[in-house]
Amino acid sequence: MSNKVKKLLTARFGVVSPDSIEDYIKNGGYASLKKALGMDPEAIITEVKASGLRGRGGAGFPTGIKMESVRRATGSPKYVVCNADEGEPGNFKDRYLMEKDPHQLLEGMIISAFAAGADYGAIFVRGEYINSIKILDNAIKQARKAGFLGKNILGTGFDFEMDVYSGAGSYVCGEEFALLAALEGKPARSTFKPPFPTTEGLNGKPTQINNVETFANIPHIIDMGGAAYAALGTEASTGTKLISLSGNVNHPGLYEVTYDITLREIIEELGGGVPGGRAVKMVQLGGPSGPIIPPSLLDLKIDANEMRKYNLSIASGAIIVIDDRADALDILVRIMEFFHHESCGKCTPCREGLGQVLGLLDKFVDGTATEADLKLLRNLLDVMSQASLCGLGQAAPTAIKTILQYFGDELCGRIGAAKEVK
Amino acid sequence: MVNITINNKKIQVPEGTTILNAAKQAGIDIPVLCYHPDLDIKANCRICVVEVEGARTLQTACSTRVWEGMAVRTNTPKVRQARKIIVELILAGHEMDCTYCKRNNRCDLQKIAADLGIRENPFRHVERDLERDTSGPSLERNPNKCIKCGRCIQMCGKVQGLSLLDYAGRSDEVEIKPAFGKYLTDIACVACGQCAVVCPVAAITEKEDIDRVWEAINDPDKVVIVQTAPAVRVALGEEFGFEPGKVVTGKMVAALRALGFDKVFDTDFTADLTIIEEGNELLQRLSNGGVLPMLTSCSPGWINFIEQYYPELLPHVSTCKSPQQMFGALAKGYYAAKIGKRPEDIFSVSIMPCTAKKYEAQRPEMSVDGKNPDVDVVLTTRELAKMLRQAGINFDALEEEEYDAPFGLSTGAAVIFGATGGVMEAALRTVYEVVTGKTLPSLDFKDVRGLEGIKEATVDLNGTPVKVAVAHTLANARKLMELIKSGKADYAFIEIMCCPGGCIGGGGQPYGTTNEVRKKRIAAIYEADRDLPIRKSHENPAIKKLYEEFLGEPLGEKSHHLLHTHYNDRKA
Repeated sequence: MSNKVKKLLTARFGVVSPDSIEDYIKNGGYASLKKALGMDPEAIITEVKASGLRGRGGAGFPTGIKMESVRRATGSPKYVVCNADEGEPGNFKDRYLMEKDPHQLLEGMIISAFAAGADYGAIFVRGEYINSIKILDNAIKQARKAGFLGKNILGTGFDFEMDVYSGAGSYVCGEEFALLAALEGKPARSTFKPPFPTTEGLNGKPTQINNVETFANIPHIIDMGGAAYAALGTEASTGTKLISLSGNVNHPGLYEVTYDITLREIIEELGGGVPGGRAVKMVQLGGPSGPIIPPSLLDLKIDANEMRKYNLSIASGAIIVIDDRADALDILVRIMEFFHHESCGKCTPCREGLGQVLGLLDKFVDGTATEADLKLLRNLLDVMSQASLCGLGQAAPTAIKTILQYFGDELCGRIGAAKEVK
Repeated sequence: MVNITINNKKIQVPEGTTILNAAKQAGIDIPVLCYHPDLDIKANCRICVVEVEGARTLQTACSTRVWEGMAVRTNTPKVRQARKIIVELILAGHEMDCTYCKRNNRCDLQKIAADLGIRENPFRHVERDLERDTSGPSLERNPNKCIKCGRCIQMCGKVQGLSLLDYAGRSDEVEIKPAFGKYLTDIACVACGQCAVVCPVAAITEKEDIDRVWEAINDPDKVVIVQTAPAVRVALGEEFGFEPGKVVTGKMVAALRALGFDKVFDTDFTADLTIIEEGNELLQRLSNGGVLPMLTSCSPGWINFIEQYYPELLPHVSTCKSPQQMFGALAKGYYAAKIGKRPEDIFSVSIMPCTAKKYEAQRPEMSVDGKNPDVDVVLTTRELAKMLRQAGINFDALEEEEYDAPFGLSTGAAVIFGATGGVMEAALRTVYEVVTGKTLPSLDFKDVRGLEGIKEATVDLNGTPVKVAVAHTLANARKLMELIKSGKADYAFIEIMCCPGGCIGGGGQPYGTTNEVRKKRIAAIYEADRDLPIRKSHENPAIKKLYEEFLGEPLGEKSHHLLHTHYNDRKA
């Protein structure tokens, strides 16, 4: 078991003071930047591609390819943007990364910028993360003073600046197009794609946008080399993964693991199981936008190939454990209220659909739902996930869809319940 | 060229073509709501979704560009279900009073719902009960009908450069409205009505004044006269199934008589009069060191703009009333006496391509007797079409008729007032001949024609080159105003029309106005000009007679009283 806990990104947590760049440097920090600046940018991209690193925000797009696309894209200036809008309930890994070891993120971004040919970086931090913003601001100042940011970095002729930005706390800012809109000073609403940010991102310019955890991996890839990094993981999922474990577990918190660990090992061994010896009823992966799965699937490794068999992924790494006291319908109503509140209102399926989903769920709560309501709900959810403009509307139905798949009776059993009571 | 298949049909389209346009080429119509060919792609209504082989989700046809080997399906069960549910969702949040709605039978949403065969709505109806804005004389906003497509936002922001409408709020509480939910009359809205033209439903519409006209027609004590703007005759036909660009002047005159108007006159007559007055004003400014460049004053949306956004430039604006208001002043200040009536016995109606004309008509200074408006009611082209339908008039079957005297005779110069550049061209035809004493070799000033945003021309007046400019849309007007403010505008005369394409693209014109349609209407305008026996305003014998009989001379005392006006600084 212990061999599946691997401290790579979290290695300096508690060892360095987040306010001290000296601590960071003393512990090997910015060595990768120095190494990278001595490399050909193409060679960096080759290493990142060889590492097999995939985006840690949830979608899992290969980072090296993204980096290469930005480098190849025509248009100037180019940007790197860090998506630090960690608004998905149940996720807190990015906050730890920013607040425990901020320079690791900065170093990853500076290396990425050098590789992609960008000269400005923006970190968009969730509005509520006031402490993260303070720590990052301070870290950027220190890095600038130390010559890791600014003009002619470390005498290499490479210029790069970055700043911290934040929104007012809207969940949809975590969606990359909405985030870029917010960065441009516009309301956080997504837009259609293609074009993708790699060609038309911030201010319409080529932009490499990645999650905090993704950037934090870059210095380690440069340090150990792509092949060694890839060897850490499984064939489909390389490196380590930060897990935000929460819900009904004895030891909720942040864990860094390798991809050969199973969900059950995370919950029972790292998390110490469910308090009071209760049974796990369901587990939600990724957060409210993720699937809710039964205990029978907990022996799956979090590796992409294995989870894909069940149309699942570890996504951002949030694992929310729900014990046997919970009512599925109650959970779904809460989740859908969340999305209904957070929808930006731009596209029809999400804007008008979520309120209707809640209306239909109410019928199940009241026991007045019919078979026709269930069919309508299923059709509506299909259309929302197929036709919504952005990931918010596309993913919002996931929880209900998976409840219907794995815990169908919890909803279907309520059909006509009011009549039976009479 | 790119090879793609749509519904198993292989076609070749240019690289960069959207699925929507490729499908059109393949003979397949994909429904759209937020998409408009002249505005940016938004892809927010999601009606146009199609299946693209290999794509995880449905793709919007309006925004997705084809790639080599793309396979598209536009009519699968998945696509049909998505479109149906999307329309049902919209309808569930839409004020469903279609049979009473101003846009009944003229509504994009209604048409799509009908095409999709929606017979009932399984979703619960969401009552919004938002306040309607009926504050202004030109436009009304009914947020309960808004489908949040955003076309109006783009039109107001991108084309007109005003950005008075935007999204507010989020989720299903999103509204499109002026900042802080203000009334249209409390913001610097120019009442151009372009928002209403592009609205696919009845969320923004012109204020309807049809019933007031019926009332007057049915009042035996009123002499009810009507004037028709140049741009109406090239667009009204579209309401009755004619192709855009069909000139229907004669049928329109016959239709107005059939409705019961006592006299059917032509605004073109006072357009000619405008040229005489405005031309002389220009010459006077040129010779007396007056404020230059002189700016035209016929477009009330434009006047609303300069009064609210550039009041410091008002001395540049010609003091000439618009042709509509010159007509109104003559109707009550001249024609009434001529037929032995009091001004208040005359009920003066104008048919305009414009919503801002409704505002203009009720300006307090537009009243010769200080009590009654010179123009009692302004109807848009769309409202006239409604009246004709209400009256059961078969427009197609009407025999063509002629306008009534004395305000029926007009020239080609007046007709082209309807197109951007037309007023300039008409003015140049007259000013050139008045100044040089020579006959123009060619009457066509092609430099000032067409849909380019800002056009320039230079005319040689007896050895003096006179530079002129023409702009349409307020975004372009703003550029010229900034140029004037910076002292870099070396023009003598500038024509500005508020709406894209000029009045033929006005806010009161038939729905479905696009740049393609505008081009056809413009072509019709020049066709009408070409076909008229007289093409210069100063050669209009009825105008000459009016000066001889009543007005005296251009810019004279009577003209000053009836045909000229002043402007107000209305900057907030």
